[in-house]
Amino acid sequence: MKRINSRLAILGALAAATALAATAANADETTGITDKTIKIGNIMPYSGPASAYSQIAKTDAAYMKMLNDNGGVCGRQIDFISYDDGYSPPKTVEQARKLVESDQVALIFNSLGTGTNTAIQKYMNAKKTPQLFVATGASKFGDPKHFPWTMGWQPDYVSEGKIYARYLLKNIPDAKIGVLYQNDDYGKDYLNGLKQGLGDKASMIVAEQPYETSDPTVDSQMVNLKGSGANVFFNVATPKFAAQAIKKAAELGWKPTQLLNSVSNSVGAVLKPAGFEASKGVISALYLKDSQDPQWKDDEGMKKWNAFMDKYYADGDKNSSFTLYGYSVSQTLEKVLKGACDDFTHSGIMKSAASMKNVDLDLTPPGIQVNTSATDFYPLQDMQLIKFDGERWQAFGEVVSGADTQ
Amino acid sequence: MSAREEISVSAAKAPASRFGWRNWAGIGVVLVLAVLPLFLANFTIFQLTMMLIYAIAILGLNLLTGINGQFSLGHGAFYAIGAYTAAILMEDAGLAYGWTLPAAGIVCFLSGFLFGLPALRLEGIYLALATFGLAVAMPQFLKLSVIEPWTGGVQGIVITKPDAPFGLPLSQDQWLYYFTLVVGLLLYWFAVNLVSSRSGRALMAIRDNPLAARAMGVNNALYKSLAFGVSAAFTGIAGALGAIVVQFVAPDSFTFFLSVALFVGLVVGGVGWLPGALVGGAFVVFIPNVAEHFNKALAGAVYGVILILLIYLMPTGAGGLVRKVADFIGRRMKSRPDR
Amino acid sequence: MEILIQQIVSGIATGAIYACMALAIVMIYQAIHHLNFAQGEMAMFSTFVAWQLLAWGVPYWLAFVLTVALSFAGGIIIERIVFKPIENAPVLSHVVVFIALFAIFNSLAGFIWNFEIKPFPSPFGSGALFGGIMSPHQAGMIVVTLAVLVLLYVFFRFTRIGLAMRAAAANPESARLVGIRVSWMTALGWGMASAIGAVAGMMIAPVVFLEPNMMVSILLYGFAGAVLGGLTSPVGAVIGGLAVGIIENLAGTYIPVVGPELKLPVALFVIVAVLVVRPSGLLGRKIVQRV
Repeated sequence: MKRINSRLAILGALAAATALAATAANADETTGITDKTIKIGNIMPYSGPASAYSQIAKTDAAYMKMLNDNGGVCGRQIDFISYDDGYSPPKTVEQARKLVESDQVALIFNSLGTGTNTAIQKYMNAKKTPQLFVATGASKFGDPKHFPWTMGWQPDYVSEGKIYARYLLKNIPDAKIGVLYQNDDYGKDYLNGLKQGLGDKASMIVAEQPYETSDPTVDSQMVNLKGSGANVFFNVATPKFAAQAIKKAAELGWKPTQLLNSVSNSVGAVLKPAGFEASKGVISALYLKDSQDPQWKDDEGMKKWNAFMDKYYADGDKNSSFTLYGYSVSQTLEKVLKGACDDFTHSGIMKSAASMKNVDLDLTPPGIQVNTSATDFYPLQDMQLIKFDGERWQAFGEVVSGADTQ
Repeated sequence: MSAREEISVSAAKAPASRFGWRNWAGIGVVLVLAVLPLFLANFTIFQLTMMLIYAIAILGLNLLTGINGQFSLGHGAFYAIGAYTAAILMEDAGLAYGWTLPAAGIVCFLSGFLFGLPALRLEGIYLALATFGLAVAMPQFLKLSVIEPWTGGVQGIVITKPDAPFGLPLSQDQWLYYFTLVVGLLLYWFAVNLVSSRSGRALMAIRDNPLAARAMGVNNALYKSLAFGVSAAFTGIAGALGAIVVQFVAPDSFTFFLSVALFVGLVVGGVGWLPGALVGGAFVVFIPNVAEHFNKALAGAVYGVILILLIYLMPTGAGGLVRKVADFIGRRMKSRPDR
Repeated sequence: MEILIQQIVSGIATGAIYACMALAIVMIYQAIHHLNFAQGEMAMFSTFVAWQLLAWGVPYWLAFVLTVALSFAGGIIIERIVFKPIENAPVLSHVVVFIALFAIFNSLAGFIWNFEIKPFPSPFGSGALFGGIMSPHQAGMIVVTLAVLVLLYVFFRFTRIGLAMRAAAANPESARLVGIRVSWMTALGWGMASAIGAVAGMMIAPVVFLEPNMMVSILLYGFAGAVLGGLTSPVGAVIGGLAVGIIENLAGTYIPVVGPELKLPVALFVIVAVLVVRPSGLLGRKIVQRV
């Protein structure tokens, strides 16, 4: 009996020690990094209502494979681990903990969604593990003072809304604006950006019509917007609904000046279903080259992207902006990692991410560059205004910086 | 065969009063659950805690559907109410997390009871649709701009994770696991006692034959609404625990997929078999991961196939399987000559 | 006033979508007295099959007929393979199998055809009608829905098989005693429901664009419409679907502050309210329980 007791006691002590050790071990600076490999985690909605975005993750994975084929980064091969969260924050928490504590990744890269990233933001910062280049334009993710380990990537929605506001104030000062927006953080951020940019002229907005992703169509909202007498239509909708809205506007015979948010300005995925005739004159903003635009036919960067798609992601949709996005954000990660070879630790990588000066990417048009600093965690803030001529997007005006409007 | 008749055929009767092998099995399970965290990494403990939480939620659903025969596809809504109650009390009112559980229980009991009242008129399919509607509507209620100052709207509420009290040498995850385990055992004990009491028999009578029950003097309306209330309270407490463990609530966390998951967990565990809640909870937490492991692109299809196979093998859930095995062993033992 | 009329007309157009789906739901309910949660996903899958046929160059009407035929066969096959083995399991287990089918079809469609939206052609042309509130396609959709409704009504009321199917669902034991092959009636019901679902999908896709998640919310509205109308009545299903479309639009437009955010809950609330007053739906038959 005594022997069993003492064995149990030792077992218990060992177990407790292991458990405590397990808690402490994860705050290490080089977790996920060895001499030969670096583990990179990713969380995307492969199932559920947002599953269309999984193409971004597939593009990311293909890019990592290309990097590995070309020798990896800093002499290390990339182990890219991507999990599904079905766009549900509790699942994102579970997958993030799995990646950090079980798979022991060095960083989590390009995870998608505002609610989902908010759910893990505190955790990632507590674990001192980089939450890099989150796939959302919510402005809350560029806050180095409170969350030094979290960084966004794409131009944030508020800044883009301000850019459109500036355009309107300058070119259509008597505009009556009708807004269709998705009733979530993404839609509200854009709307707030527009309002902030209009300042005391916010009364130019005469109608705000929200919609839910559970609505089958937005026809009812479009009827209301037309009935409000608006002559400018701000279309803050995801691809499916944006296409429906543009199509419905044409069917209703309503011809306002249309401003389309950059999330849905893909020619193949949005304007084609909506109808090219109906989409003529639509204005948007971009920060990546459009693959359909013949002016980039012989462009070096575009050629590289085409070669990448043909070799590493042949199933991918070249018409979709998601593949352009995935390539570009992965290329940004590549530059960050290669810039941290001397200090290949969690903080080293974060430091490299926070010191990008006038970096060009293969797919950013001239004038649009990546810039970060210790106080600026918004890598991309420049956008180019574009107008659809019935066949493709035509750039007009100069590159506008969201930073100017901050 | 009507839906209610089919539920009663598969449901368990009230537990026997002798201290038999079932009770030893139960103690064994509790011991295993108590000892597990000492050997496992924090992440796995987190997953086990979620399993216990879903088990509590499914236990609540079982009380309503298995014991009282009312079909609900909307328990995710009560889970959400419990979660938000806890989040708002903890972050806005600064209440200690322990007190949020009874608060969530009371709020959900009232909401369940109030929902149960008009639901009295609805049977089977229609009740299913009404509860399903509740589940679908819940995220939109939570996003309402008029109550945004309290609910945080689409952004949700971030919650601070509590530390183990009295400086115990437990990690946060281990402490929350034991906390959840104790709460779960208390609720389970309450549920078992409820089922074997007069009220429990009244509930089961209403399930098996409502007209006969009424003829015998059971107040159907009161008991059915109370069943809704108690069931919602259980699921609401689970929701509150879930909020504390996940540290975040947002409308997107509580879509109708959650209600569907709870329902699937109920059936897999065994409708009317209370211990099945644990099996159901394990299913909800671990099977999607297994499916994803198999094939990420087709994870949903793999999940569906696993589910269909489970129903083939155990049409009445784990509870049905256990009962068949127990019957088989019981018959074998009775036929042995040397007793 | 003008907005009111426009919203009602627009509501009828959207309601036609729900009515299409509701017909398929009523069809399956008539056959098996269950609600099939996978109905929408099966309809979506059929529509993808049609899209694939069109992409391979098959002319529209041929693709339409082929898809309906394939869906009919597919429905029967699913019933024989998936449901026959568990026909004695409790109803809740059946519901779980429906959920499993939902997951399988959704995942398969996404895997085979990816998640980007695809335009789906309409046989009725595009443009504007009635001052632009309704497109020719939406008008055509209403006509097709009514045609299917009439066909269903005639089938159930005036044909022997229709009568046999209703008998098999209402009282399987007695139906067997008079020589009806109950289990094949169930399979036939499944086939017809899938075929109607395919028609619904091909009517709906041109409006909402084709993608794997297109039917998820429509299924819910379809359920709501079917239940509102009374699950035993195809006419009720259509009326219910149209009503849901109109209610939803009016709620979104006229309820202040929270209207646009609560369109779906309001529609569901109205339905629950109707059910509390008339538990078998607007046009459903009352079920009398005997002690």
